[in-house]
Formats: sequence, C-alpha cells, structure tokens
Amino acid sequence: MARSDVQLMLDVKAGDEQSFTLLLHRYRTPLVNFLYRMVRNREQAEDLAQEVFLRVYKAREDYVPSAKFTTWLFRIATNLALNSVRDTRYQRMEISLDAPVTVGAEEGEEKTLDVAEKNPNIEQHLVEETRKKMIRHAIEKLPEKQRAAVLLHKYQELDYGEISKILQCSESALKSLLFRAYETLRVELAPLVAQHGK
Amino acid sequence: MSCSRMENKILGYVDGRLKESERLEVEKHLATCPACRLRVNEFRAVSELLDELPVIDPSPAFDLRVHARVAALPVKQSWWAAFLPAPRVAIAAAMLVMATVWVGTRPNNPPQIAVDDIPVVENLDVLSNFDVLTELPPPVQADDGGQTNPQM
Repeated sequence: MARSDVQLMLDVKAGDEQSFTLLLHRYRTPLVNFLYRMVRNREQAEDLAQEVFLRVYKAREDYVPSAKFTTWLFRIATNLALNSVRDTRYQRMEISLDAPVTVGAEEGEEKTLDVAEKNPNIEQHLVEETRKKMIRHAIEKLPEKQRAAVLLHKYQELDYGEISKILQCSESALKSLLFRAYETLRVELAPLVAQHGK
Repeated sequence: MSCSRMENKILGYVDGRLKESERLEVEKHLATCPACRLRVNEFRAVSELLDELPVIDPSPAFDLRVHARVAALPVKQSWWAAFLPAPRVAIAAAMLVMATVWVGTRPNNPPQIAVDDIPVVENLDVLSNFDVLTELPPPVQADDGGQTNPQM
C-alpha cells in the first residue's frame, strides 16, 4: 500500500532520503504543469518547481502535519509563481511583434508555420493547435490570482477549502473569484464555446 | 434561489462538487431560469475546453537538478554544536589540562642540592662517622699565641 504524502514527509523528517524521492516523483509533473501555466515559460517553471522541492526539503525538520501536504506544497508553489509573474510582468510587455508565429509551444516543440505547411495533415493540425493556443492564451490573460484559482481547481482538483488556504482567502471569496474567472473565459473562448454547444 | 445566489453554486454544480441538498436546490432554479441554464451550459463547455490542454512532462534532468540542489545545501548543525570546539582545539585543550594536572601533582618542595654541597656529599661517609673525629689527638692548648693546630 502506498504511503500517504504526510507519512512520506514524516519519513523525510526522520532522515529517509528515499521518501523525498517518492514525493518528488509524485508531484514533479503536477507542479511543473501548474507553474508552467502560471509563468508561461517552461524553463522558468522547472526552476521554480525545483525551488519548491528544495524548500520542502529544507523545511523537513520543522514539518508538522497540520494541513494536507498538497495544500502546503501548492501554497509554496503559488507564492513563488505569483512573485515570479509580478517580477517579469514588464519584461513580457517588451516581446517583439516581429517574432515568428509559432504553434505547438505548449509541448515545447515550437514550429514555424512555413515548416508546418509541408505536412500533408497540416490543416487539421493547425486547427487543433489554434484551438489549444486560444485556450492557453485565455488562461494566460486572467489576472494572476484568478489564474491560480482556476489551475488549482481544474487541473489539481483541490477542494475549495484547500484552495482558499493556498490563496489565503475565504471560501466565499474563492467561489466569487472562480465565477469571475469562468465568466472571463466564457467570453474569451466564445467561438469555441459556441462550437461546443453544437 | 435567486440568480445572484447561483454565482457561488454554479461552478460546484458543473463540477459535481455540491452537496445533494445544494444540487437539488440549483436544479430547481435551473428548471425555471433559462439564463442560468445557458450559463451552466457555457461554464460546462469552458470546463471541457480546459481539459484539452496537454500535460507536459518535466525534462529528463529535472530529478538530477533537484537532487544536486539538495546535495549543495549546507549541512545544518544543531544549536549546541556551535559550542563544541573543533577537534584540533579539543586535543590542544586536553593536552594543556593534562600538563597542568601533572605539574600540579608534583611534590611542592623537592630536595635541592646546591653546587657547594657536592664535596660534602662526596665525603658523606666520613662526615657521618663521627668516631673518626674522636680518634683525633686532643687539640694543643693555646700557649704559644694563637698556634692551635700545627697540622693545619
């Protein structure tokens, strides 16, 4: 039977390095994905995810299982992501408009359109990629706190209690935050939402 | 339930996270409110669109980098370790203590032999045997103005 997160963390506290590796394997993908969608840069997301694990390890001796492990983990990740987004906000405004149009950036496989056009299945491929790009951009356009709430709610499937602790707000405020976020997404993705209903 | 109260319930309803009583209350409202019914359908569409984003995998070197950063952390010492001396200092201090104890336990007034006493010590047998002195001839009476010992 797999040990719980809390048990693994208590084992790390007791000096078991292998338990830390198990936690790393369990949460590296969710963390990297969450951070990637928060900071919009894969390399930066991996650096931040490493920092999250480093902080968990450094805090092992003081760890007390007073809350769910994921609440603690994603609280660290969210704080790091929000700080990083705020630090780089103005740098992102300077992205050159002359940059080539790319697709497939989500997987880290950037392809310029002129290369992709040589693919016989390109039309379908482009439709799918454009669709993903619209969704990704709609998420990226959300204010940071709304974006974090949507990502934690939708992709990490954390409950309202956990997310409100991570974002340090009341459950009622969180529900309002999520409602506003979904309202924005509904508008931004209106063409896709309309297609979806057909 | 009013439309404004739906704001806090609608997403929970779409995700199936409401309690049974809340769900029934929402469905009762939806049955009579086309606007909220449309909103529910749109939120459900948004939720399904969000599912379309692929999951990315961490790079192959991710674990190695984490372990390397963990290994590079300074070794944390307990607070009382700051009071423990380094091994060299401890050895030096121990030697100093041993030397002090050794010096302190030595006799306080060791017998001292002056250089001038050495001939006396050499003739110790003669000096300790006072019978030899008794065998000496009796001293000559001083009747010649101070010549007490003609042998001297």
